[in-house]
Amino acid sequence: MSSAVLVNIFRFIMLLAIQIVIFNNMNFLGYISPFPYILYIILYPVNSNKAGLIISSFLLGLTMDMFCNSGGIHATACVILAYYRPYIFKFSFGLSYEYQTIKLNESLTPERFSFILVSVLMHHIVLFVLEAFQFKFVWDILLRTLFSSIFTIITSIIIIYLIKPNKR
Amino acid sequence: MQQIFNFIIRNSNRLLFLLLLGISLTLTIQSHSYHRSRVISSANFLSGGVYERINRVNEYLNLRAENDELVLENARLKSLLFNKEDTTKAPLPDSIKGVKPADIIVSKVIHNTYNTHENYITLNSGNNEGVKQDMGVINSLGIIGVVDNTSANYSTVVSILNMKSRINAKIKKSNHFGSLTWDGKSTGFVQLEDVPRLASIRKGDTIVTGGQSSIFPEGINIGTVENIYKKNNTSFYVIRVKLFNDMTNLGHVYIIKSKDREEIINLENQSKEKNE
Repeated sequence: MSSAVLVNIFRFIMLLAIQIVIFNNMNFLGYISPFPYILYIILYPVNSNKAGLIISSFLLGLTMDMFCNSGGIHATACVILAYYRPYIFKFSFGLSYEYQTIKLNESLTPERFSFILVSVLMHHIVLFVLEAFQFKFVWDILLRTLFSSIFTIITSIIIIYLIKPNKR
Repeated sequence: MQQIFNFIIRNSNRLLFLLLLGISLTLTIQSHSYHRSRVISSANFLSGGVYERINRVNEYLNLRAENDELVLENARLKSLLFNKEDTTKAPLPDSIKGVKPADIIVSKVIHNTYNTHENYITLNSGNNEGVKQDMGVINSLGIIGVVDNTSANYSTVVSILNMKSRINAKIKKSNHFGSLTWDGKSTGFVQLEDVPRLASIRKGDTIVTGGQSSIFPEGINIGTVENIYKKNNTSFYVIRVKLFNDMTNLGHVYIIKSKDREEIINLENQSKEKNE
Protein backbone atom coordinates (compact mmCIF):
# COMPACT_ATOMS: atom_id res chain seq x y z
CA MET A 1 0.00 0.00 0.00
CA SER A 2 1.73 3.10 -1.14
CA SER A 3 0.77 6.45 0.26
CA ALA A 4 -0.79 7.49 -3.06
CA VAL A 5 -3.35 4.69 -2.80
CA LEU A 6 -4.14 5.65 0.78
CA VAL A 7 -4.54 9.30 -0.20
CA ASN A 8 -6.96 8.27 -2.95
CA ILE A 9 -9.02 6.06 -0.66
CA PHE A 10 -9.19 8.88 1.86
CA ARG A 11 -10.25 11.30 -0.87
CA PHE A 12 -12.90 8.86 -2.13
CA ILE A 13 -14.52 8.59 1.29
CA MET A 14 -14.19 12.25 2.26
CA LEU A 15 -15.59 13.61 -1.01
CA LEU A 16 -18.53 11.21 -0.86
CA ALA A 17 -19.22 12.16 2.75
CA ILE A 18 -19.10 15.89 1.99
CA GLN A 19 -21.30 15.41 -1.06
CA ILE A 20 -23.95 13.42 0.77
CA VAL A 21 -24.01 15.41 4.00
CA ILE A 22 -23.71 18.94 2.63
CA PHE A 23 -23.97 19.38 -1.11
CA ASN A 24 -26.88 17.01 -1.77
CA ASN A 25 -28.98 19.15 0.55
CA MET A 26 -28.18 22.51 -0.99
CA ASN A 27 -30.97 22.62 -3.62
CA PHE A 28 -30.16 26.16 -4.56
CA LEU A 29 -33.18 27.84 -6.24
CA GLY A 30 -35.00 24.54 -5.97
CA TYR A 31 -33.04 22.47 -8.46
CA ILE A 32 -29.38 23.38 -8.51
CA SER A 33 -27.01 21.23 -6.50
CA PRO A 34 -23.28 21.07 -7.09
CA PHE A 35 -21.58 17.69 -7.45
CA PRO A 36 -17.99 18.23 -6.30
CA TYR A 37 -17.56 14.50 -5.60
CA ILE A 38 -16.27 14.08 -9.16
CA LEU A 39 -13.11 15.82 -7.95
CA TYR A 40 -12.03 12.29 -7.08
CA ILE A 41 -11.91 11.44 -10.79
CA ILE A 42 -10.38 14.79 -11.72
CA LEU A 43 -7.62 14.62 -9.10
CA TYR A 44 -6.73 10.95 -9.64
CA PRO A 45 -3.00 10.73 -10.43
CA VAL A 46 -2.28 11.11 -14.16
CA ASN A 47 -0.13 8.07 -14.75
CA SER A 48 -1.72 5.68 -12.31
CA ASN A 49 -3.60 2.51 -13.09
CA LYS A 50 -6.42 3.28 -15.51
CA ALA A 51 -8.44 0.16 -14.71
CA GLY A 52 -8.31 1.17 -11.05
CA LEU A 53 -9.72 4.59 -11.92
CA ILE A 54 -12.58 3.14 -13.97
CA ILE A 55 -13.56 0.61 -11.30
CA SER A 56 -13.32 3.08 -8.42
CA SER A 57 -15.30 5.67 -10.41
CA PHE A 58 -18.00 3.09 -10.98
CA LEU A 59 -18.14 2.38 -7.25
CA LEU A 60 -18.17 6.11 -6.52
CA GLY A 61 -21.13 6.66 -8.83
CA LEU A 62 -22.94 3.59 -7.53
CA THR A 63 -22.65 4.82 -3.95
CA MET A 64 -24.06 8.19 -5.03
CA ASP A 65 -26.94 6.41 -6.79
CA MET A 66 -27.67 4.47 -3.65
CA PHE A 67 -27.96 7.66 -1.65
CA CYS A 68 -29.87 9.60 -4.31
CA ASN A 69 -32.26 6.80 -5.34
CA SER A 70 -31.34 7.55 -8.93
CA GLY A 71 -30.93 4.12 -10.51
CA GLY A 72 -27.55 4.19 -12.22
CA ILE A 73 -27.16 7.69 -13.59
CA HIS A 74 -24.24 8.76 -11.41
CA ALA A 75 -22.44 5.46 -12.08
CA THR A 76 -22.86 5.92 -15.84
CA ALA A 77 -21.69 9.52 -15.81
CA CYS A 78 -18.68 8.70 -13.62
CA VAL A 79 -17.58 5.71 -15.70
CA ILE A 80 -17.83 7.77 -18.90
CA LEU A 81 -15.84 10.62 -17.37
CA ALA A 82 -13.19 8.21 -16.03
CA TYR A 83 -12.77 6.52 -19.40
CA TYR A 84 -12.50 9.73 -21.40
CA ARG A 85 -10.27 11.49 -18.89
CA PRO A 86 -7.04 10.86 -20.90
CA TYR A 87 -8.65 12.47 -23.94
CA ILE A 88 -9.63 15.52 -21.91
CA PHE A 89 -6.05 15.67 -20.64
CA LYS A 90 -4.84 15.60 -24.22
CA PHE A 91 -7.31 18.34 -25.14
CA SER A 92 -6.34 20.62 -22.25
CA PHE A 93 -2.61 20.05 -21.80
CA GLY A 94 -1.52 19.03 -25.27
CA LEU A 95 -0.13 15.73 -26.49
CA SER A 96 2.79 15.56 -24.12
CA TYR A 97 0.69 15.40 -20.97
CA GLU A 98 1.91 11.92 -20.08
CA TYR A 99 5.48 13.10 -19.69
CA GLN A 100 4.67 16.00 -17.47
CA THR A 101 3.85 15.61 -13.86
CA ILE A 102 0.64 17.53 -13.72
CA LYS A 103 -0.49 18.42 -10.26
CA LEU A 104 -3.93 19.87 -10.44
CA ASN A 105 -3.81 21.16 -6.92
CA GLU A 106 -1.26 23.83 -7.67
CA SER A 107 -1.97 27.32 -8.92
CA LEU A 108 -4.86 27.58 -11.34
CA THR A 109 -3.58 28.00 -14.88
CA PRO A 110 -5.90 28.25 -17.91
CA GLU A 111 -5.02 24.65 -18.85
CA ARG A 112 -6.04 23.33 -15.45
CA PHE A 113 -9.22 25.38 -15.52
CA SER A 114 -10.17 24.13 -18.98
CA PHE A 115 -9.57 20.55 -17.83
CA ILE A 116 -11.91 20.98 -14.87
CA LEU A 117 -14.47 22.77 -17.05
CA VAL A 118 -14.59 20.08 -19.75
CA SER A 119 -14.70 17.25 -17.20
CA VAL A 120 -17.52 18.82 -15.23
CA LEU A 121 -19.55 19.62 -18.35
CA MET A 122 -19.15 16.09 -19.68
CA HIS A 123 -20.21 14.51 -16.41
CA HIS A 124 -23.19 16.83 -15.93
CA ILE A 125 -24.55 16.51 -19.46
CA VAL A 126 -24.56 12.71 -19.22
CA LEU A 127 -26.05 12.92 -15.75
CA PHE A 128 -28.95 15.21 -16.58
CA VAL A 129 -29.74 13.60 -19.93
CA LEU A 130 -30.04 10.22 -18.25
CA GLU A 131 -32.02 11.71 -15.39
CA ALA A 132 -34.67 13.29 -17.62
CA PHE A 133 -34.58 10.45 -20.16
CA GLN A 134 -37.02 12.25 -22.43
CA PHE A 135 -36.36 14.65 -25.25
CA LYS A 136 -39.14 17.04 -24.40
CA PHE A 137 -37.01 18.39 -21.55
CA VAL A 138 -34.15 19.65 -23.71
CA TRP A 139 -34.23 23.16 -22.29
CA ASP A 140 -34.61 21.87 -18.79
CA ILE A 141 -31.58 19.60 -19.25
CA LEU A 142 -29.46 22.41 -20.69
CA LEU A 143 -30.44 24.83 -17.91
CA ARG A 144 -29.76 22.34 -15.17
CA THR A 145 -26.45 21.35 -16.74
CA LEU A 146 -25.37 24.96 -17.08
CA PHE A 147 -26.24 26.10 -13.57
CA SER A 148 -25.11 22.95 -11.81
CA SER A 149 -21.83 23.02 -13.75
CA ILE A 150 -21.14 26.57 -12.68
CA PHE A 151 -21.74 25.67 -9.05
CA THR A 152 -19.75 22.45 -9.27
CA ILE A 153 -16.78 24.29 -10.77
CA ILE A 154 -16.86 26.98 -8.10
CA THR A 155 -17.10 24.50 -5.23
CA SER A 156 -14.47 22.25 -6.83
CA ILE A 157 -11.96 25.07 -7.09
CA ILE A 158 -12.65 26.07 -3.50
CA ILE A 159 -12.14 22.47 -2.35
CA ILE A 160 -8.93 22.15 -4.37
CA TYR A 161 -7.55 25.23 -2.67
CA LEU A 162 -8.65 23.99 0.74
CA ILE A 163 -6.99 20.58 0.44
CA LYS A 164 -3.85 21.92 -1.25
CA PRO A 165 -0.90 20.19 0.44
CA ASN A 166 1.32 22.93 1.80
CA LYS A 167 4.70 21.43 1.05
CA ARG A 168 7.42 23.96 1.01
CA MET B 1 -6.96 -18.62 -28.80
CA GLN B 2 -3.71 -16.74 -28.37
CA GLN B 3 -5.12 -13.88 -30.39
CA ILE B 4 -8.24 -13.71 -28.30
CA PHE B 5 -6.17 -13.44 -25.14
CA ASN B 6 -3.97 -10.82 -26.76
CA PHE B 7 -7.03 -8.87 -27.79
CA ILE B 8 -8.46 -9.01 -24.29
CA ILE B 9 -5.17 -7.94 -22.70
CA ARG B 10 -4.62 -5.15 -25.19
CA ASN B 11 -8.12 -3.74 -24.79
CA SER B 12 -8.61 -4.55 -21.14
CA ASN B 13 -9.43 -0.97 -20.17
CA ARG B 14 -11.90 -0.54 -22.98
CA LEU B 15 -13.62 -3.82 -22.21
CA LEU B 16 -13.77 -2.93 -18.54
CA PHE B 17 -15.27 0.42 -19.46
CA LEU B 18 -17.89 -1.14 -21.71
CA LEU B 19 -18.79 -3.73 -19.08
CA LEU B 20 -19.28 -1.16 -16.32
CA LEU B 21 -21.09 1.20 -18.70
CA GLY B 22 -23.42 -1.65 -19.61
CA ILE B 23 -24.14 -2.42 -15.97
CA SER B 24 -24.81 1.19 -15.04
CA LEU B 25 -26.96 1.84 -18.10
CA THR B 26 -29.00 -1.26 -17.33
CA LEU B 27 -29.54 0.01 -13.81
CA THR B 28 -30.58 3.40 -15.18
CA ILE B 29 -33.03 2.05 -17.74
CA GLN B 30 -34.43 -0.45 -15.29
CA SER B 31 -35.03 2.31 -12.75
CA HIS B 32 -37.03 4.31 -15.29
CA SER B 33 -39.64 1.60 -15.69
CA TYR B 34 -42.19 1.93 -12.97
CA HIS B 35 -43.28 -1.52 -12.10
CA ARG B 36 -39.89 -2.98 -11.36
CA SER B 37 -38.31 -2.20 -8.03
CA ARG B 38 -34.93 -0.64 -8.28
CA VAL B 39 -31.85 -2.67 -7.37
CA ILE B 40 -29.92 0.25 -5.91
CA SER B 41 -32.11 2.18 -3.49
CA SER B 42 -31.58 4.08 -0.31
CA ALA B 43 -33.65 1.59 1.65
CA ASN B 44 -30.68 -0.35 2.92
CA PHE B 45 -28.52 -0.62 5.98
CA LEU B 46 -25.74 1.74 4.86
CA SER B 47 -27.54 4.71 3.36
CA GLY B 48 -30.49 4.37 5.71
CA GLY B 49 -28.14 4.51 8.68
CA VAL B 50 -26.25 7.51 7.32
CA TYR B 51 -29.46 9.37 6.55
CA GLU B 52 -30.75 8.66 10.02
CA ARG B 53 -27.63 10.21 11.54
CA ILE B 54 -27.93 13.29 9.32
CA ASN B 55 -31.61 13.55 10.13
CA ARG B 56 -30.91 13.60 13.85
CA VAL B 57 -28.97 16.81 13.36
CA ASN B 58 -31.51 18.33 10.98
CA GLU B 59 -34.32 17.57 13.39
CA TYR B 60 -32.97 20.06 15.89
CA LEU B 61 -32.90 22.75 13.26
CA ASN B 62 -36.54 22.15 12.35
CA LEU B 63 -37.92 21.85 15.86
CA ARG B 64 -39.74 25.16 15.68
CA ALA B 65 -41.58 24.37 12.46
CA GLU B 66 -42.40 20.87 13.67
CA ASN B 67 -43.74 22.28 16.93
CA ASP B 68 -45.93 24.76 15.11
CA GLU B 69 -47.35 21.98 13.01
CA LEU B 70 -48.07 19.87 16.08
CA VAL B 71 -49.75 22.76 17.84
CA LEU B 72 -51.93 23.35 14.79
CA GLU B 73 -52.88 19.71 14.57
CA ASN B 74 -53.59 19.63 18.29
CA ALA B 75 -55.84 22.64 17.91
CA ARG B 76 -57.67 20.98 15.06
CA LEU B 77 -58.13 17.76 17.00
CA LYS B 78 -59.28 19.67 20.08
CA SER B 79 -61.84 21.53 18.02
CA LEU B 80 -63.09 18.19 16.71
CA LEU B 81 -63.32 16.89 20.23
CA PHE B 82 -65.20 19.91 21.58
CA ASN B 83 -67.62 20.04 18.68
CA LYS B 84 -68.43 16.39 18.95
CA GLU B 85 -72.15 16.89 19.40
CA ASP B 86 -72.23 18.63 16.01
CA THR B 87 -71.13 15.55 14.15
CA THR B 88 -74.48 13.85 14.11
CA LYS B 89 -73.81 12.50 10.68
CA ALA B 90 -74.64 8.92 9.82
CA PRO B 91 -71.73 6.62 10.68
CA LEU B 92 -69.23 6.17 7.88
CA PRO B 93 -70.10 3.17 5.72
CA ASP B 94 -66.74 1.61 6.51
CA SER B 95 -67.54 1.14 10.16
CA ILE B 96 -70.60 -0.98 9.42
CA LYS B 97 -68.38 -3.99 8.92
CA GLY B 98 -67.04 -3.48 12.40
CA VAL B 99 -63.43 -3.20 11.29
CA LYS B 100 -61.54 -0.07 10.55
CA PRO B 101 -60.43 -0.06 6.93
CA ALA B 102 -56.95 1.16 7.69
CA ASP B 103 -54.22 1.03 10.30
CA ILE B 104 -51.69 3.77 10.76
CA ILE B 105 -47.94 3.41 11.19
CA VAL B 106 -46.19 6.55 12.41
CA SER B 107 -42.87 7.13 10.71
CA LYS B 108 -40.32 9.83 10.09
CA VAL B 109 -38.84 11.23 6.89
CA ILE B 110 -35.07 10.87 7.09
CA HIS B 111 -34.29 11.96 3.55
CA ASN B 112 -36.28 13.91 1.01
CA THR B 113 -35.48 15.00 -2.53
CA TYR B 114 -37.46 17.46 -4.64
CA ASN B 115 -34.98 18.78 -7.19
CA THR B 116 -35.17 16.05 -9.85
CA HIS B 117 -37.94 14.73 -12.07
CA GLU B 118 -38.23 11.51 -10.11
CA ASN B 119 -38.15 12.22 -6.43
CA TYR B 120 -38.01 9.73 -3.61
CA ILE B 121 -38.37 10.01 0.14
CA THR B 122 -36.67 7.70 2.65
CA LEU B 123 -38.52 6.76 5.86
CA ASN B 124 -37.11 5.19 9.00
CA SER B 125 -39.53 2.30 9.28
CA GLY B 126 -39.54 -0.86 7.23
CA ASN B 127 -40.59 -4.50 7.20
CA ASN B 128 -40.11 -4.79 10.96
CA GLU B 129 -42.86 -2.24 11.52
CA GLY B 130 -45.07 -3.86 8.89
CA VAL B 131 -44.44 -1.47 6.00
CA LYS B 132 -44.97 -3.09 2.62
CA GLN B 133 -44.80 -2.00 -0.99
CA ASP B 134 -47.70 0.15 -2.30
CA MET B 135 -48.84 1.50 1.03
CA GLY B 136 -49.97 5.12 1.07
CA VAL B 137 -48.04 7.79 2.98
CA ILE B 138 -49.73 10.94 4.32
CA ASN B 139 -49.15 13.58 6.97
CA SER B 140 -51.43 15.93 8.83
CA LEU B 141 -51.85 18.19 5.79
CA GLY B 142 -52.31 15.75 2.93
CA ILE B 143 -50.86 12.95 0.88
CA ILE B 144 -47.15 12.49 0.33
CA GLY B 145 -46.61 9.38 -1.79
CA VAL B 146 -46.64 5.61 -2.11
CA VAL B 147 -44.13 3.15 -0.60
CA ASP B 148 -41.77 1.78 -3.26
CA ASN B 149 -39.05 -0.36 -1.65
CA THR B 150 -38.65 -1.65 1.87
CA SER B 151 -35.84 -3.15 3.89
CA ALA B 152 -35.83 -4.33 7.50
CA ASN B 153 -35.74 -0.85 9.02
CA TYR B 154 -36.12 1.63 6.16
CA SER B 155 -38.35 2.21 3.19
CA THR B 156 -38.36 4.47 0.13
CA VAL B 157 -41.44 6.35 -1.02
CA VAL B 158 -42.34 7.52 -4.53
CA SER B 159 -43.16 11.13 -3.77
CA ILE B 160 -46.17 12.77 -5.46
CA LEU B 161 -43.47 15.01 -6.94
CA ASN B 162 -42.40 12.12 -9.16
CA MET B 163 -43.33 12.02 -12.82
CA LYS B 164 -43.97 8.29 -12.60
CA SER B 165 -46.49 8.66 -9.81
CA ARG B 166 -50.19 8.37 -10.70
CA ILE B 167 -52.71 8.61 -7.91
CA ASN B 168 -56.48 8.45 -8.17
CA ALA B 169 -58.03 11.71 -6.98
CA LYS B 170 -61.39 13.43 -7.15
CA ILE B 171 -63.06 16.77 -6.64
CA LYS B 172 -64.45 16.81 -3.14
CA LYS B 173 -67.86 18.26 -3.89
CA SER B 174 -68.72 16.50 -7.14
CA ASN B 175 -67.07 13.04 -7.15
CA HIS B 176 -65.63 13.55 -10.65
CA PHE B 177 -62.29 11.80 -10.56
CA GLY B 178 -59.02 11.94 -12.46
CA SER B 179 -55.44 10.91 -11.98
CA LEU B 180 -52.89 13.00 -10.17
CA THR B 181 -49.53 13.46 -11.91
CA TRP B 182 -46.63 15.86 -11.79
CA ASP B 183 -45.14 17.76 -14.72
CA GLY B 184 -41.72 18.12 -13.10
CA LYS B 185 -41.80 21.89 -12.81
CA SER B 186 -42.88 23.35 -9.49
CA THR B 187 -42.68 21.68 -6.08
CA GLY B 188 -45.87 23.40 -4.91
CA PHE B 189 -48.18 22.22 -7.71
CA VAL B 190 -49.34 18.92 -9.21
CA GLN B 191 -51.68 18.19 -12.12
CA LEU B 192 -55.01 16.42 -12.06
CA GLU B 193 -55.57 14.91 -15.49
CA ASP B 194 -58.45 13.20 -17.26
CA VAL B 195 -61.23 15.06 -15.48
CA PRO B 196 -64.33 15.00 -17.70
CA ARG B 197 -65.54 18.39 -18.96
CA LEU B 198 -68.96 17.70 -17.53
CA ALA B 199 -67.53 18.43 -14.11
CA SER B 200 -68.22 21.88 -12.78
CA ILE B 201 -65.04 23.11 -11.21
CA ARG B 202 -64.12 26.46 -9.74
CA LYS B 203 -60.87 27.87 -8.58
CA GLY B 204 -60.39 27.05 -4.91
CA ASP B 205 -62.26 23.74 -4.93
CA THR B 206 -60.70 21.05 -2.79
CA ILE B 207 -59.14 17.96 -4.35
CA VAL B 208 -59.09 14.77 -2.26
CA THR B 209 -58.06 11.16 -2.87
CA GLY B 210 -60.63 9.08 -4.71
CA GLY B 211 -62.16 5.83 -3.60
CA GLN B 212 -60.94 3.92 -6.64
CA SER B 213 -57.43 3.32 -5.44
CA SER B 214 -56.88 0.70 -2.79
CA ILE B 215 -53.76 2.52 -1.62
CA PHE B 216 -55.35 5.56 -0.01
CA PRO B 217 -58.66 5.68 1.82
CA GLU B 218 -61.18 8.02 0.24
CA GLY B 219 -61.21 11.70 1.13
CA ILE B 220 -57.66 12.52 2.19
CA ASN B 221 -56.75 16.12 1.39
CA ILE B 222 -54.45 16.87 -1.53
CA GLY B 223 -54.81 20.52 -2.47
CA THR B 224 -56.96 23.22 -4.03
CA VAL B 225 -57.70 24.03 -7.67
CA GLU B 226 -55.41 26.77 -8.94
CA ASN B 227 -55.94 26.80 -12.74
CA ILE B 228 -58.12 24.82 -15.14
CA TYR B 229 -56.97 24.05 -18.68
CA LYS B 230 -58.74 22.34 -21.54
CA LYS B 231 -56.70 19.65 -23.21
CA ASN B 232 -56.69 20.02 -26.98
CA ASN B 233 -59.24 17.90 -28.88
CA THR B 234 -60.26 15.86 -25.88
CA SER B 235 -63.18 16.09 -23.56
CA PHE B 236 -61.00 16.31 -20.50
CA TYR B 237 -59.75 19.05 -18.24
CA VAL B 238 -56.27 19.34 -16.82
CA ILE B 239 -56.33 20.99 -13.41
CA ARG B 240 -53.35 22.58 -11.73
CA VAL B 241 -53.59 21.72 -8.05
CA LYS B 242 -51.91 23.74 -5.32
CA LEU B 243 -50.74 21.29 -2.67
CA PHE B 244 -51.64 21.73 1.00
CA ASN B 245 -48.32 20.14 1.84
CA ASP B 246 -44.99 21.86 1.57
CA MET B 247 -43.17 18.93 0.01
CA THR B 248 -39.81 20.55 0.67
CA ASN B 249 -40.33 20.41 4.42
CA LEU B 250 -41.55 17.07 5.73
CA GLY B 251 -41.22 15.67 9.24
CA HIS B 252 -43.37 12.95 10.72
CA VAL B 253 -45.64 11.01 8.38
CA TYR B 254 -48.29 8.32 8.67
CA ILE B 255 -48.17 5.14 6.60
CA ILE B 256 -51.61 3.74 5.82
CA LYS B 257 -52.01 0.01 6.07
CA SER B 258 -55.14 -0.74 4.08
CA LYS B 259 -56.74 -3.90 5.39
CA ASP B 260 -58.95 -4.42 2.37
CA ARG B 261 -56.19 -4.02 -0.14
CA GLU B 262 -55.12 -7.65 -0.44
CA GLU B 263 -58.70 -8.78 -0.70
CA ILE B 264 -59.43 -6.23 -3.44
CA ILE B 265 -56.33 -7.15 -5.41
CA ASN B 266 -57.00 -10.87 -5.14
CA LEU B 267 -60.53 -10.38 -6.32
CA GLU B 268 -59.43 -8.24 -9.26
CA ASN B 269 -56.79 -10.75 -10.26
CA GLN B 270 -59.30 -13.56 -10.15
CA SER B 271 -61.68 -11.81 -12.50
CA LYS B 272 -58.80 -10.86 -14.77
CA GLU B 273 -57.72 -14.47 -15.04
CA LYS B 274 -61.22 -15.55 -15.82
CA ASN B 275 -61.50 -13.10 -18.70
CA GLU B 276 -58.19 -14.04 -20.27
